[in-house]
Amino acid sequence: MRVGATDLPVLKPFRAGPIAPSGLAAPLLLSAGLIAGAAIVFAGSLALAQATGPATRDSAVTILWRWAPLIFQGFLFNLLISFLSMALGTAVGVLFGIGQVSPSAALRKPAWAATQFFRNAPWLVLLFYAMFLLPFEIRLGPISIAFPAWIKAIIGLALPVAANVSEIVRGGIRSIPSGQWESAESLAFSRRQTMWMIILPQAFKRMIPPWMNLYAILTMATTLISVVGIQDGLTVTRAALVAESRPELMLPMYLLLLLMFFAYCYPIARLTMALERRFNVKG
Amino acid sequence: MSQMIAAFFERLNDTQGLNFSIFYDAFDRSRFLTGLWTTTYICVASILASLAIGLIGVWIAGSGSRLGRLLVRTYVQFFRNTPPLVQLSFFYFAVGGVLPTVSDGFGGQSPLISGTGWAIIAFSLFAGAFNVEIFRAGIEAVPETMVEAAESLGYTRFQLWRQIVLPLAFRICLPALNNNLVNLVKTTTLAYAIGVPELLYAASQIWSEMFNVREMMNVLLVVYVLLVGVLVWIMHRWEKAMRIPGYMP
Repeated sequence: MRVGATDLPVLKPFRAGPIAPSGLAAPLLLSAGLIAGAAIVFAGSLALAQATGPATRDSAVTILWRWAPLIFQGFLFNLLISFLSMALGTAVGVLFGIGQVSPSAALRKPAWAATQFFRNAPWLVLLFYAMFLLPFEIRLGPISIAFPAWIKAIIGLALPVAANVSEIVRGGIRSIPSGQWESAESLAFSRRQTMWMIILPQAFKRMIPPWMNLYAILTMATTLISVVGIQDGLTVTRAALVAESRPELMLPMYLLLLLMFFAYCYPIARLTMALERRFNVKG
Repeated sequence: MSQMIAAFFERLNDTQGLNFSIFYDAFDRSRFLTGLWTTTYICVASILASLAIGLIGVWIAGSGSRLGRLLVRTYVQFFRNTPPLVQLSFFYFAVGGVLPTVSDGFGGQSPLISGTGWAIIAFSLFAGAFNVEIFRAGIEAVPETMVEAAESLGYTRFQLWRQIVLPLAFRICLPALNNNLVNLVKTTTLAYAIGVPELLYAASQIWSEMFNVREMMNVLLVVYVLLVGVLVWIMHRWEKAMRIPGYMP
């Protein structure tokens, strides 16, 4: 008789194939379905435009082909703005967030008030605020720092980002069990050391998913700069529609822009969800 | 009283150069109040509609139909991952442009759905997509055993939802819902882009005529923070009133 085997009439272990698509297959299937759905809607709108447009002039596909690179350039400008204001907002927001958990009330209360104020004000109003109230240049003696409109827009978008990052940082720090603080204290770590060497490294991991979420929201909010007269993807789309003056092209043109944003933001959303799930399990 | 306030702000303008025209100029005040009313109207209408969309969406997503589930997922992902301003432009210019116009009775043609109407539709769909996800998370948090117990007692799916799942799920997802509705109130400023005479639009009209950008900007920010504050206060009251002792954290 062989060791480790049995000839008793028992059910042999077997591996059943998955009944429903699971693991990697399910999100892939869902993504494929979403992309297919979006493509069908877009193609449908294009066909509609093609069919209803005047036969004597350029076809809808030709016009779209002509404008797509320009719209894409505008979209890239949106992304540039989103990178810069995210960087600025994160830098300021981290300071505010750490300020919010400071033991000194003189630091904590203003940080809290500023966070609440900028978090509860509409993004568009803050953008107007920055556009109208910032000077177009700052003179520091002989040097003058110019503030063109797009830099003001970056600052305007960075204000709400900073407030949201501040809340993310505060939440992340708060989510670390207080035992960590106490044991660090018992090991004679100073408060600053505890924060930098113990709390923040742990909290950092938990802050990544909400931070990415905020980035996706900011990317979508960058279209607001078209309202204050900066040339972004939405402005270019509108200009294209005005230039062609073909009302039946509006549906596919706007859908094209929507799909560009979707193609960029949807993977971020999926990644955020995946990270959230992973960090949840490890705790 | 109102005379005194008007006199105070008029003096403030004369002596300090701080021009809060909405407090002493009847025309500006009425414009501003109209804007405030429009914003409130859009907020309330889209909050109610988005809640309805969230409920319907989560109902379809939870039913057995595979197609229904796919449709709801597509809707949610699409509206969550595209800019609300482009959505609004899409609805107002593109869809609104395709729709037929109706005669307004004075020989002119007016669009079937006004700018305000499109704003409400676009914001409801935008916030509704988030609400579907929020309600789903709440429903998933309802203990499975409770649903099973109710099923074993012969509840139909509708009864089960109405009497057991939704009341519990609603309490669980109130904080997240709170966040989303606050976000919706802030999103209503986008209606400015399609010329709906809401608060931001009214304020911009005033500051372009009176040249009091700084003052109006601050008034605007304070008004929005107050509006959000009122909503948060109502939601907190509600949250407290619906709390089940010992069940929820």
